[in-house]
Parts: sequence; structure tokens; C-alpha cells
Amino acid sequence: MLDRSRIGYHFPPFQVELEKGRLRLFAKAIGETNPIFIDEAAARAAGYRSLPMPPTYPFCLGKDIPDPFDTLHLFGLDFSGILHGEQCFRYHGLACAGDTLFGQKRVSDIYDRKNGALEFIVVVTEFKDRDGRLVCEAEQTIVVQRRSSP
Amino acid sequence: MKTVGEPQYAVGDSIPELRAPPLTRLTLALYCGASGDHNPIHVDSDYARSAAGLEDVIGPGMLTMAYLGRLLTNWVPQQSLLEFQTRLLAPSKPGDCITCTGRITAIEEGSPRVIRLELQAENQDGKKLATGTAVVEYPDSSATEGVNTSA
Repeated sequence: MLDRSRIGYHFPPFQVELEKGRLRLFAKAIGETNPIFIDEAAARAAGYRSLPMPPTYPFCLGKDIPDPFDTLHLFGLDFSGILHGEQCFRYHGLACAGDTLFGQKRVSDIYDRKNGALEFIVVVTEFKDRDGRLVCEAEQTIVVQRRSSP
Repeated sequence: MKTVGEPQYAVGDSIPELRAPPLTRLTLALYCGASGDHNPIHVDSDYARSAAGLEDVIGPGMLTMAYLGRLLTNWVPQQSLLEFQTRLLAPSKPGDCITCTGRITAIEEGSPRVIRLELQAENQDGKKLATGTAVVEYPDSSATEGVNTSA
């Protein structure tokens, strides 16, 4: 069983810059064709300050930390038996290339199904701008499949 | 009331589908680097076989979700998105051709007026890779002008 006392645990806060080149590479990787995500002039023409952060990119921001798999390590897990079950983003503002975002991740819930055969870790990361305004929240649900007892 | 120039949507309407390009190993490598998700199971077939007991690498669920994100931002401006949620049901595989579809499930009056959608990503065999939901502000002519640059 996962340690339920970890519910509410806050990971170290972090800050990340939304890099233009990285956003272009991300756009290429996902086959993006919408010019506002690739061409800064097109983004500006559409009213954005620079290339806007695409919908799933907050997940990537959460990987730009010294230990991107810190949730697994907190629970003494490795990649085996781990699934990314669900992901949710809630958007409160807009971030563009050049912005610095301030991230704070916490364990928001742990629960199980099928008599503990499946356990779920819910991790929420809040991203705020320099003025402390909430830009977005990323909620990841990690599924931990129990292997049969040795 | 209908406003001139405002698009009209109804519950049950489908939004334009997105057909992602065939999933190549190059795509998986680019996504690994660009996303910062360096889990070797997505790019290293040796690791996938020996450590994970798989036949081959598997695509990241977040790449499938990124395609669903493209489905949405091809339809409405980025800043219209309020919420976007996905259940990742099955991993993609190299060679998969992923199609993303969305359907309007509700239109709610309020401030702002919002559209709720159900989303789905499936491969060429009709296997569901992900299902999800999204909440977007009702698109109008002003929203297509983009954000206020002072925001």
C-alpha cells in the first residue's frame, strides 16, 4: 500500500522559463501546423505577445526540474507497473514564450480500486506568473499496478 | 439571439476531426526531447523489451493528448480553452495513425457561455487510445482576434 500520509505533501517549488525554441520543437514533435504555435509573427498578428503555450505543454514544464520523476521516487516506485491514467488541465490565464512560470506540485489524493490491486496517485501542479496570478493547473493521475506478492 | 458573424453550434455537432501523421520513431524521439519526458519506454526498444517486457516501444499518452489538444486549438483559439481532461486507455505504437474527434455534449449559458465536448482518439484499427472532455468558451468573432497584448 502506498503511504496515505503523503496526501498533502508539497514538492519543492520550481520556476521554469517558457522557451521559444523549445515550443517550436514541441510543435514539430506533435505535427503542429497552426502557425500561431510556430511563427511568432503569426502569433503576434493573432494578438498574442509571442508563441502561446499549447494546451498540454504545462505537463512538459513539470518535467523541467532536477528530478522529473520525483513523484515515483517519493513513493519508492520505478517505471514498472506504472501507468499515466488520466491528465487534466484547468486554464486560468495565458502564458507565452518568454514568460517565467512558478510551479508548485502537491500530492492531492491517493486511493485504490479492486481491493488495492490498483492504486492511484493524484498530483496537482499549479503554475503562477510573476505577479502570483494562477495561469493553469495540471492534474496527473498515476496508476500503480500491484504485482502479485512475492 | 443570433449575432451576425457568430458561429452557431448545437449539442450533437461534431467538430472538424484531426488526423495525426503516422507515428514514426523520429516523432517519438522528437517528442521525448521536446516534452522533457525521458522515460526510455517511449524511445529505447532495448529497454522496452528487457526491462518492461514489451515487444517494442510504446507512444506516450501525452502525445495522444497533444493531438487532442491540436483538435481543440484548430477549432477554437487557444485562450478559449478552460478545461481539458483525458483518460489514457491504451498506448500508441509506432506506425499508428491516430484520428481525433470531438462532439458537443452541452452548451451552457452564463458568463462566459461555454461549450462542453467529449473527445476521442483512436488508431487505424478503431482501438480507443484516449477519451476525454473539454470546456471551451463559446467561440465568437471577438475571440478570434486573440488576446489583449497587455494581458
